[in-house]
Amino acid sequence: MATKRSSGAASKSNSARNKKTDVTEDQLMSWYKDMLLMRRFEEKAGQLYGMGLIAGFCHLYIGQEAVVVGVQGALEEGDQVITGYRDHAHMLATGMDPNGVMAELTGREGGYSKGKGGSMHMFSRDKQFFGGHGIVGAQVPIGTGLAFSNQYKENKKVCATYFGDGAANQGQVYESFNMAKLWNLPVVYIIENNQYAMGTSVARASSETHLHKRGASFGIPGEEVDGMDVTAVYDAAKRAVEHARSGEGPFILEMKTYRYRGHSMSDPAKYRTRDEVNDIRDHKDPIDLARKIILEKGWSDEDALKEMDKEVKAIVNKSADFAKDSPEPDPSELYTDVLIEG
Amino acid sequence: MPIKVLMPALSPTMEEGTLAKWNVKPGDQVNSGDVIAEIETDKATMEVEAVEEGKVGKLLVDEGTEGVQVNAPIAILLEEGEDDSALEGYDPEASGEESAASGEDSKADQKDAPKSEAKSEPKADAPQKPKGKTLADPDIPEGTKMKEITIRDALRDAMAEEMRSDDAVFVMGEEVAQYQGAYKVTRELLEEFGDQRVVDTPITEHGFAGLGVGAAFGGLKPIVEFMTFNFAMQAIDHIINSAAKTLYMSGGQMGCPLVFRGPNGAASRVGAQHSQDYSSWYAHVPGLKVIAPYDAADAKGLLKAAIRDPNPVVFLEHELMYGETFEIPDMDDFVLPIGKAKVRREGSDVTITAHSRMVGFALQAAEKLAEEGIEAEVIDLRTLRPLDTDTIIESVKKTNRIVCAEEGWGQHGVGAEIAARVTMDAFDYLDAPPTRVFQEDVPLPYAANLEALSLPGVEDIIKAAKQVCYVE
Repeated sequence: MATKRSSGAASKSNSARNKKTDVTEDQLMSWYKDMLLMRRFEEKAGQLYGMGLIAGFCHLYIGQEAVVVGVQGALEEGDQVITGYRDHAHMLATGMDPNGVMAELTGREGGYSKGKGGSMHMFSRDKQFFGGHGIVGAQVPIGTGLAFSNQYKENKKVCATYFGDGAANQGQVYESFNMAKLWNLPVVYIIENNQYAMGTSVARASSETHLHKRGASFGIPGEEVDGMDVTAVYDAAKRAVEHARSGEGPFILEMKTYRYRGHSMSDPAKYRTRDEVNDIRDHKDPIDLARKIILEKGWSDEDALKEMDKEVKAIVNKSADFAKDSPEPDPSELYTDVLIEG
Repeated sequence: MPIKVLMPALSPTMEEGTLAKWNVKPGDQVNSGDVIAEIETDKATMEVEAVEEGKVGKLLVDEGTEGVQVNAPIAILLEEGEDDSALEGYDPEASGEESAASGEDSKADQKDAPKSEAKSEPKADAPQKPKGKTLADPDIPEGTKMKEITIRDALRDAMAEEMRSDDAVFVMGEEVAQYQGAYKVTRELLEEFGDQRVVDTPITEHGFAGLGVGAAFGGLKPIVEFMTFNFAMQAIDHIINSAAKTLYMSGGQMGCPLVFRGPNGAASRVGAQHSQDYSSWYAHVPGLKVIAPYDAADAKGLLKAAIRDPNPVVFLEHELMYGETFEIPDMDDFVLPIGKAKVRREGSDVTITAHSRMVGFALQAAEKLAEEGIEAEVIDLRTLRPLDTDTIIESVKKTNRIVCAEEGWGQHGVGAEIAARVTMDAFDYLDAPPTRVFQEDVPLPYAANLEALSLPGVEDIIKAAKQVCYVE
């Protein structure tokens, strides 16, 4: 049975801070490709939405790719991932098949939820991806519960629980923080602070805008991270994950990031200027930043990266074709999966 | 004039208790606030404080006496200047100064158990065990030995048995561990299973219900206790959006084997926020199973089934039934099927459907109706989702009349659903419009008389049954 649920273990993570990990060529090349895949995938999803092939809500992750890629790099096999509704990139990060993700977006039989979930509701037990949750903040207690199950089973796994700056004001987040620290559950809370909760800026909605401090009253350490720099994300995530895995309890990472697109496809984004978006895109883009380092280090060259882009586009185009060709779910699927029989 | 000390009511539902210990003896001087005795209720052991000053004149009830009725005189205090001679010829049963002792929970205040100084007369409709012929449950093998047990202990045993046989089963909730359960349903589970599997939570229903869902997704089988279902409204997003819908939204990947359980419905004199029947709320939702048992056998057999079920189950208990004793089959592993109603009394003239505590009222009503020549068939729904429509329709085809009784509000209620199904599926068999019995369409009042007026009872069922039988 489970280890003793001890409380109040001291944090020693601060001493480990700011110690930069040397990122290897393999790591950065792989992360670059992952980010590129997410970018192209989301661009394609946006395109299919415009064509009417994807309907309903569709929240794109463009601009935030470094966050999920850096964190995933710090996880090990069997660690769980859970997030809210801006979830396509998280699925790709955990290794879910782009075909299945895109086909779910188009509501087809070949989708991860057989077309019954849609953009916000996809899961893969195989890849330890637990959704995909449409209610703001709901994934936070659920992710905390996954961490509870890890502790109960003594499996040494960690649950990476993502939520946004908007969800960071939800009451259930603090109920979860309290229990997570009370029982020292192995959970890392990753706040994707893209600075706008739909159309409301952090400053307009939050009395304390430094969201990594939100765990202070529970005794949960937190750290602000440049969420546009995949290496910085990886470094911070590695420390946080180790902290959680070693039995010291939860850790909060506030990823300062930015989404280039609107909140959803129907968002005209009047709450910020075009210049603000362009400025970030031109100077802080996570993919450009990684590309610059790769070229500086001589780990690749323009031609090879162009080739990689082609390769990624082919994967994405294939997923779009699959998503278009996959049939709609059989009408009999209407009645399946309501309950587990037997 | 000597002062009578009366047996205090120490919870909203207490009617009697055991005088476990006297802390004073005749001749002792007591001041208000002094602990004079300890009283055991079925929920807790409580200390009793003196409200008045005086000298203990006489103890009227011996230590260890069980079944002392609330408001019965238990001691006599002498006022200043009085001596034992004041006791001569004094009759504690006759009128005199009264002093209800005040009970103090020796452990902690209960969230839902306000102290009350005195208790009104038990309502005429207080639950009684059914008399007369009760049909044997077809699920119990013939010749099985029976034993008596309270619903509280039947539920406890169900959890303990399932926890023994499956390490993935654990129970969490407010006061479930060290306090032994606000209603003592989790009594002694902490001692047997330890604090890893019997988990006290903060008073944060939204958070711990969601945590339970996550634990279920993570491969465990949580039993999430709500101190009452009134507080589960804080958590209803997770019950419905996270627990009930995720299997469907994931194309069948994300099973959520979890039981949400706790007392549901009106307790006694606790006001509108603590007195709501949520049966129809949960029974409305695909992806959930909803169970509301009446007796101890069903409580045990169905809770064991709920814990084993791979789906999220809402298990609605009734606070006023916890202390009720019933016979239960003395079997090693007594499990009942979910989704099967039970005909508790056969009859040919009218069908009465009910669930949870209302079943007792329906059975009492049936006995009284029988005295007037009306034979009612009483169907205990037991499971509200899936609803056993077949058993109801079969009965209506025989009786041609139906009364649907429930404790909650009528609008969009369980009875409304049954009436609609019967109208659809057995219209040609009906000799009268389906009729419903339900709570008055108001938040439940606190005042004793208004509360009694609001809640449905035996007389309401009798009236409705006569109405559909066109008998006055």
